[in-house]
Amino acid sequence: MPLDLNMNVLVVDDFLTMRRILKNILKQVGFKTMDEAEDGAQALDMIKNADPQFDLIIADWNMPKMTGIELLKAIRADPELKHLPVIMVTAEAQKSRVLEAVQAGVSNYIVKPFTADTVKTKLEQVFK
Amino acid sequence: MNAQLINPFIKATLNVLETMAFIKSKPQKPFLKKDNVAKGDVSSIIGLSGESKGTISITFTEPCILSIVSNMFGETMSELNHEVMDAVGEIANMVSGQARQALESEGKVLYAAVPTMIKGKDHTISHKTTAPIMAVPFQTDYGEFTIEVCFED
Repeated sequence: MPLDLNMNVLVVDDFLTMRRILKNILKQVGFKTMDEAEDGAQALDMIKNADPQFDLIIADWNMPKMTGIELLKAIRADPELKHLPVIMVTAEAQKSRVLEAVQAGVSNYIVKPFTADTVKTKLEQVFK
Repeated sequence: MNAQLINPFIKATLNVLETMAFIKSKPQKPFLKKDNVAKGDVSSIIGLSGESKGTISITFTEPCILSIVSNMFGETMSELNHEVMDAVGEIANMVSGQARQALESEGKVLYAAVPTMIKGKDHTISHKTTAPIMAVPFQTDYGEFTIEVCFED
C-alpha cells in the first residue's frame, strides 16, 4: 500500500510531549488527519469504534493500562484489524525488545530519540 | 559505584538533547555529590533495577529547560507548566533508554521505572540507595543542567 497523506493516523503515548512531537512531524510530512490516545486501552477502544477507520497506528511501548506491545498483539489477534500498520516508537532499544515486537508483527520500529527524517524514512519503509 | 557507569548516561544526554531539541551541551567535570538538594528548578528521576539497583536524575535550570522544550515543540514555552514538566520526564525516559541500551551491550541489563517529576527552588532528589552520587554538570548556550547517577555497585 503506498503512502497516502489522507490516511487517518492514531498516535498513542502516555507523554503528551511525544504525542505533540510526533503530530508535528506527521504534519510536516503532510498528514491531515491525526488523533491521539494516552494508553493502549484507550487506543484499542478508539480503533474499534473509529469511523472512518484508522489507517496507521504509531504507539509507544511503556504505557499504563495497556502497553504498546499488548496493543499490537490485540490488533494482530483481531481478524478485522490484523492488517493495520503499527509502528512502535520507544526508548526501549534493547535487542530483546525489538525482537519481541518483530515477533508480534510490528510494521516498523523507531527508537527515541529520533529526527523528523527518521520518522519519514520509517513511514516510507512501511508504505512502499 | 563504578565511575565508568556514568559514561553511557553522559553520551545519551548529549544525543537526546541534540536530536530532539537541536541543542549542543558540554559536559563539565563530574563530582561526588554530598547532599540531596537539586542544582536547578526542575528534575526528573527514574529508578533502575536489574543487575544493579539505582536511580538517575536530570535537573534543569528554568531558562535551560524552557529553551529545550521550546525547540522540541517548535513554539515558545515561557513557564514551567505541566507541558514542560511532561517533557522533562520524557527527556529522562529517553536518556535512560539510550544509556540502558549501551549498558546492555556491555552485558549489564537494567530495567527502568516510570519517571517522576519535581519542581521548585532547592527541591530535593532522593536516590534509591545510599551509594555515592556521581553528578555531571552540563553547559548549554541557554543555561545549565545536571545529571546524577547513583548505583549500588
